[in-house]
Amino acid sequence: MGMNELLMAFLVGGVLCLIGQLIMDLTKPAITPGHILVGYISVGALLSGLGLYQPLVDLAGAGATIPLSGFGHSLTQGTLKAVEESGLLGAISGGVEATSAGITAAIIFGYVAAVLFNPKG
Amino acid sequence: MNTSADQLKKIEAQEYDDLVNQTKPKPTVLKNCIWAFVIGGLICTLGQIILNFFMGQGLSKLDAGSATSVVMIFLAALFTGLGWYDVLGKHAGAGSIVPITGFANAIVASAMEYKREGFIFGVGARIFSVAGPTLVFGFAVSVVIGLIKVVFG
Repeated sequence: MGMNELLMAFLVGGVLCLIGQLIMDLTKPAITPGHILVGYISVGALLSGLGLYQPLVDLAGAGATIPLSGFGHSLTQGTLKAVEESGLLGAISGGVEATSAGITAAIIFGYVAAVLFNPKG
Repeated sequence: MNTSADQLKKIEAQEYDDLVNQTKPKPTVLKNCIWAFVIGGLICTLGQIILNFFMGQGLSKLDAGSATSVVMIFLAALFTGLGWYDVLGKHAGAGSIVPITGFANAIVASAMEYKREGFIFGVGARIFSVAGPTLVFGFAVSVVIGLIKVVFG
């Protein structure tokens, strides 16, 4: 189980990144890294809503959750769960609730790192 | 050397461009894709190792996933500050952009550049120059899906 799990994470995570590289290289210079991040989170959230992303998570674990599409998946799954529990309010609150640790970590660690370090070169 | 230079001159500009377009980009795209696949795959493998560690500590699947994101984001923020993540990114391309570490990298890299504008409206604002649009569209899609579920059950 252990090695197989790591191999699937490597393969699926690698393919998701390879797709992003192909999109950037074939559309150069229209699609920037920023567009890739926006696209991956949005498409991940959408596929999750269609029920298509969870199978990928079941197959590949972190290979599907670490790419930013997995962040979109967490947003949608958190939203859907919260809608079941509290209806309309859940549609607004559920996404951030499910991803709050990652969002706050990114803002706080990001701010501290940007203050402590200076750009190289 | 001379002969090849002479030959090049004889080829008309358009033909030369065609030749360059035919021969040059494809190996580059292939090379970029291999780099993106390997580095992106390795970052996800590291994520799986961290995820397994947290699940071994007894965390639920959801909590272990959150904790893994936090650790990966911390590492990416640190390595970006040290200048190591950009070295990786030069080769890895999307392999260093697509994982959540790339999201953290974008936050630190854009914020670091604007220190001269101050710590509040420089760093504090520029943190969101890439993260902002990413969150706006992620939130928008998930909220719309939530509303659809509210309406249609």
